[in-house]
Amino acid sequence: MKYIDEFQDPELARKLVEDIHATVTRPWALMEVCGGQTHSIIRHGIDQLLPDEVELIHGPGCPVCVTPLEVIDKALEIASRPEVIFCSYGDMLRVPGTGRDLFQVRGEGGDVRVVYSPLDALRIAQQNPGREVVFFGIGFETTAPPNAMTVHQARKLGIRNFSMLVSHVRVPPAIEAIMQSESCRVQGFLAAGHVCSVMGTGEYPALAERFRVPIVVTGFEPLDVLEGVRRTVRQLERGEHTVENAYARVVPPEGNPAAKAMLADIFEVTDRAWRGIGVIPDSGWRLAARHREFDAEHRFSVADIDTREPEACRAGEVLQGLLKPHECEAFGTACTPRTPLGATMVSSEGACAAYYLYRRLETSGTGAKQPAQATAPAAVNAPRTPDGTSTAPASAPLEGSPVV
Amino acid sequence: MCLAVPGKVLEIKERDGTRMATVDFGGMAKEVCCEYLPDLQPGEYAIVHVGFALQRLDEESARQTLALFEELGLLEEEFGDPWELAAQEAAK
Repeated sequence: MKYIDEFQDPELARKLVEDIHATVTRPWALMEVCGGQTHSIIRHGIDQLLPDEVELIHGPGCPVCVTPLEVIDKALEIASRPEVIFCSYGDMLRVPGTGRDLFQVRGEGGDVRVVYSPLDALRIAQQNPGREVVFFGIGFETTAPPNAMTVHQARKLGIRNFSMLVSHVRVPPAIEAIMQSESCRVQGFLAAGHVCSVMGTGEYPALAERFRVPIVVTGFEPLDVLEGVRRTVRQLERGEHTVENAYARVVPPEGNPAAKAMLADIFEVTDRAWRGIGVIPDSGWRLAARHREFDAEHRFSVADIDTREPEACRAGEVLQGLLKPHECEAFGTACTPRTPLGATMVSSEGACAAYYLYRRLETSGTGAKQPAQATAPAAVNAPRTPDGTSTAPASAPLEGSPVV
Repeated sequence: MCLAVPGKVLEIKERDGTRMATVDFGGMAKEVCCEYLPDLQPGEYAIVHVGFALQRLDEESARQTLALFEELGLLEEEFGDPWELAAQEAAK
């Protein structure tokens, strides 16, 4: 268990891993929903510490990745207008739209600004009354309450030159869509801890019961992920399918009532397209009709933009757990972080980006079809340089599979 | 972006009729909206996402998570210069 020494609490990690090995008797496929969990798993080689019987399937939980191409194109169109200051989070800058990205729009003279918080965008609007300030409001249930509060504030303060391009997504309908898919192999879910810190656990018992699938609310630190896996496998081995909370230090069952109330006031549930997946009923939020004045789609008449996604990108299959990133023909060749075909390669939480960052030594040279599990996590746990690359030398010897 | 980082509340004040906190993230101070945790007090720890405090957290868990984030370079990713990061990514 060489790599366990790298864990924050190696002794606890060792106990959790041993317990999982002792519990499992047959193959199980679990899906981790959150992109932060995916990165934790790949970065620490958690999947390689697990018994062969336990397969982790990466889910659609990266907000940048699932934002549909047409929404990116709407953002690019709005950001290109001379009267607009377009505000976004940093990880949307290099997500490819049709032919270009926000980074390039800025290079062409567009006023694109990166903000830390949606309230920063509102402040920019206050400081620039002669300009139109548009905030790119994407994300899951964790990101939506801050955006809802910002619209509430804009109304309260009477700020008229502020609007939001909204493309929010909700986790439970995505779980439903995955379970209803004919090719679904998922038998248990590690639910996204920070989504549940807002929404609580109340949406999950009905799903667990309907699909007879255990759902364990899980954090994204390495020990959290191991504990989530341990509890899910234990349920599966016992034939149970309940909702458990393995992240109780951050997730109360009721979530955050004030945030939920604000969400209900500002947004309304809508069908939403997911990049590479298609439309999932009731899986998104849009601004409620009474807040339409803050809706950038209407203010800038981009509601009709409708773009087809490139066929070469198989991100949709990756997001549904049907394909591992390195099994894609374009992985590491036509598609790299420098020339991404899809958002899963460019987002800091994307599954393809995780494999490219931490597993490229394994997948290059041995053929892109080589399963990642066949070799050791060469660059896992290596300290990172400021540009996000691993400091592991390219010639680092590949050692044998970790022994547990 | 989806990252939620624990921080320690240093001070609470009002801006534009909204409760705002100064929160310390391992030596980096940021202004954070605490309308969703209306009784949050200085000295407490909270999970913060895109400038909003979303849940309380005990001190030990917060410290451990912050130390891990720093070690993994995640604080730089969250609070560093995004244009610099994007340019480096584009030049890889």
